[in-house]
Amino acid sequence: MSEPVIKCESVYKIFGENAETMLKEANGNVDAKTFQENGCIVGVNNASFEVSKGEMLVVMGLSGSGKSTLLRCISRLTDATGGKIFIEGQDLLNLNNKELIDLRRNKMGMVFQSFALLPHKTVVENIAFPLQIKGINTGESINKAMDMVKLVGLDGRENYFPRELSGGQQQRVGIARSLAVEPDIWFLDEPFSALDPLIRKEMQDEFLRLQEKLQKTIMFITHDFDEALKLADRIAIMKDGIIEQLDTPANIVLNPATEYVRKFTEEVPREKVLLIKDVMDSSTTENIGDLKVLRDEIIENVAEKILTQEKTVAVIDNNNNIVGSINPTKIINTVFGGRKNNN
Amino acid sequence: MEFLKKYPKLFQWLFLLIVFFALCFAIDVPETYKFIRGQAEFVKDPNQSTFVFLGKEVRYYAFDVFWRLPPLLGWLPIWINDSLFFLMNDWMPMEFWNEDTQEYKTRPLVLQITRNLTAFMTFLIELIREILLGGLETIVAFTSWDWIDANPWAELPGLPWTIVAAGSAILAYKLGGRGLAIFAGLAMTYISIFGQWKPSMQTLSFILVAAPLSFIFGLSLGIAAFKSKRVEKALYPILLVMQTMPQYAVLVPALVLFGVGDHAAVIITMIVAVPPMILLTLLGLRAVPPEVIEAGRMSGCNNWQLMFKVLIPTARRDILIGVNQVIMVCFSMAVISAFIGAKGLGFNLLLALNQLNIGLALEAGLCISLIAILLDKMSLAWANKQVDYFGNLNFFQRNKNSLFFGLIMIVGIVLAYFGSIYFKDGYNYLFEVPHNKGISTADFWNKGVDWIFDTFFVYIKAFNTWLIVEVLQPMRALYLRMPAIATLVLVVGAGYLIGGTRSALVVCGLTLFIALSPWWDRALVTTYMATFGVIVSCIIGFTVGTLCFQNKHSTKFMLNVCDIFQTFPSFVYLIPVMMLFGITDTSVLIAVIVYATIPATRYTIEGLRSVPSGLHDAATMSGVTKFQRLFKIEFPLAFPHMMLGLNQTIVFALFMVIIGAFIGTEDLGQYILKALSDKKGAGIGLTLGICVAFIGLIFDNLIRTWVDKRKKHLGID
Repeated sequence: MSEPVIKCESVYKIFGENAETMLKEANGNVDAKTFQENGCIVGVNNASFEVSKGEMLVVMGLSGSGKSTLLRCISRLTDATGGKIFIEGQDLLNLNNKELIDLRRNKMGMVFQSFALLPHKTVVENIAFPLQIKGINTGESINKAMDMVKLVGLDGRENYFPRELSGGQQQRVGIARSLAVEPDIWFLDEPFSALDPLIRKEMQDEFLRLQEKLQKTIMFITHDFDEALKLADRIAIMKDGIIEQLDTPANIVLNPATEYVRKFTEEVPREKVLLIKDVMDSSTTENIGDLKVLRDEIIENVAEKILTQEKTVAVIDNNNNIVGSINPTKIINTVFGGRKNNN
Repeated sequence: MEFLKKYPKLFQWLFLLIVFFALCFAIDVPETYKFIRGQAEFVKDPNQSTFVFLGKEVRYYAFDVFWRLPPLLGWLPIWINDSLFFLMNDWMPMEFWNEDTQEYKTRPLVLQITRNLTAFMTFLIELIREILLGGLETIVAFTSWDWIDANPWAELPGLPWTIVAAGSAILAYKLGGRGLAIFAGLAMTYISIFGQWKPSMQTLSFILVAAPLSFIFGLSLGIAAFKSKRVEKALYPILLVMQTMPQYAVLVPALVLFGVGDHAAVIITMIVAVPPMILLTLLGLRAVPPEVIEAGRMSGCNNWQLMFKVLIPTARRDILIGVNQVIMVCFSMAVISAFIGAKGLGFNLLLALNQLNIGLALEAGLCISLIAILLDKMSLAWANKQVDYFGNLNFFQRNKNSLFFGLIMIVGIVLAYFGSIYFKDGYNYLFEVPHNKGISTADFWNKGVDWIFDTFFVYIKAFNTWLIVEVLQPMRALYLRMPAIATLVLVVGAGYLIGGTRSALVVCGLTLFIALSPWWDRALVTTYMATFGVIVSCIIGFTVGTLCFQNKHSTKFMLNVCDIFQTFPSFVYLIPVMMLFGITDTSVLIAVIVYATIPATRYTIEGLRSVPSGLHDAATMSGVTKFQRLFKIEFPLAFPHMMLGLNQTIVFALFMVIIGAFIGTEDLGQYILKALSDKKGAGIGLTLGICVAFIGLIFDNLIRTWVDKRKKHLGID
């Protein structure tokens, strides 16, 4: 496997006056309570993970869990108190100001919860802003920005001011702005949290469409577990600054690592999250019927077909090779079994 | 008793008042006490006592300590004077190269610095003035008088008024569209036709130097304070005092440091105009949402880009209010600095007022106000300008304004040339309408004033007498009757009840400073006039504001009226009142009332506006009547904001009371005005200014503390 795009090694972020000395004394064993008694607040506690190219990592947690702080450490909007962060192999914390600015101008884009548009600039000026900051001349940057306006479907509104747009439209501008410099790494900090549910769903779909086209490396912050399940390649669940579990959506639903994570997964409609390959039997039995289902299919889409069979169903990969089998009872067990309130 | 238990605060206030009045009655007026009028205080009186402090002899009238505190701070003005003198003449002598005499000369450092600053300011003003009016000074600055004598052709010709008028209309069109262009053209034409061209351009050149410099300094200091807590902490107390310091008071020390003339006026204007600019810049930058800053950072801004492309534009609403304030102060100072020899409309205005030529004063005042409104609107339009990226324009379309100006330039010069042929021996009206050759309405106004006097003299006089005898005199006597100790107890007690020990200490310090200065009596008179003005202003302002708020259009109309009135330089307010009431206290008080009603009205409307519309709807749905809604919902919620208005009203009133000294009052202002013509006035002027500022700050502290508490209580921001 190639080098991870983002790599964190036991990252700490502690707020407070003598945070650094306290962290040193704690010797890698940070307890939020003792820190709080000494006037320090632990934002991120020993976060280690990697994000590889083209992957979308969703960081999920309730407010105050340190997810935004973690994102700000990785974008170096705040300096981490301890640990190491590598962006494409570069040690982020050792970059000087100029190198950091260079990195942000070319490699990073970020979308904010409250949109954070510049109120005095029109849609197109807002989108062209990072390009102009980079030193690209006005004509070229406006042309490029117009392409982005079209990409996010705001044509015809390029001369509006942010205050004249709806929330969803404003966030489209925010997305377009973050993409204007064609960054490799895309940070999104609760981008859809301030939007109405209907608009939110529309924006999520739009976002998936964009990502399919662009294949960026993404860190996506949300407090909405459903959103995380819908979008993520992998999910990191945070609580009190600690990453409780980092895994694929299926594994989190099937094998929650802690009680805290399990509570989130309780109400999740599994058939919408799990794929056939997550629940299939990898040994092939002899009693296989004629029906074949793809291993990457979501259970919900094929459940009806499988449940109307009497025999075990064959599971195939994209090349039509049989890689396993699945039994209708397994589907029933997955969908309805194992839930606390159903037992 | 039940009642008092229910409202413990009320009981405390009652107790305070009882103590206050008990003290007032217990302490008799000493038999030797009299309010000393005018010149008598400058003559040494054998009844005075003396004491020596730090080698300075302080003379004062000795009273019982309870009645009036001894003026222990009497040495302060003398000490300030000596320090200034020492700084200017003896401190750090150094060798400096002198261009004129071509040799090194020994000069004190401060003197050299102020002289260089002066020369720089003079150069800037002269440059703009000579572009507008023509002259030699700018060329002299680069060459020498000898060179000018040898080359008689070398002279900036100045622009014909037609070009300036058309040019400002074009600029206004570019910035703000047709409406502003028409206003600019008409205003300039009016100024020219009515023969105010030269003084107007002199004033304009002064403003065009003072306003941008104040803006730049204010913005930079505001940014510095935003970036460093330490700078902010150092600046804050100075800013507070400067905000409430009357503008007269700054004149005198500046006179000592920078001499007489336009350059000194520019420097003083900057001293007065920079503090509000700093405060508003700081306020605006603070209010920028953190996510916008982060967005800027993530776009790859360096610190410079972050400040000038993200922070300042995002904070521009507050910064624009700052610009508006700067322009206001500049025009205000354009008049006041005529006292120290600034040329232009202000000088004409003062002269006309001195001669009681109301007509002339009115014309000059109108011109100042017109230019002030024009500049205010233009700066606003400039800041809100939008760029069009998509219009596919050719060369002519892109540069039409510059090309048009070029054309106007040629036409104007040709016209002026023909004018010089046509108006053979007289004045070239197409170049500049001379001061006394324009149309003048002065006679009309003067006749009007005479007519008003003739017709209404009886009534005005009756009103005047009634007001003075029945209201003002008794009120003044009451204020003067307060023993110093009683006042101190009242103020400190109020401070304690409102803001606890901290507030009490601050207020006590401020009051003691005034009480220990030699001008306690005068300060009482200032306070009495301000109090009267504030009470009437508040009644009018709150009523008018509330009435106007009932209707959307009248709200907007009233706010616009406030905007325009606020743009008038403070001195202009003296013109109409002198027209009606002549030289009396009534005139001053009416000017105070008119001037101070502006913030009272504005803050009432804004306060009522800030009541959330959800509450409005909730109240309506509970079935309240309009009056119930007003008194049960809107007033209680808007009250904190309205109290901030009261704060502004007090500051405005104090300013106008001090300016009223020009008409003739017997308060601190009278002494500040006197200090202006006193060789050793700097110390006195400054100390008096601080006294006035402290009166303002006492109220400021009390009101602000109360508002903050109340807002927290109501959960507003």
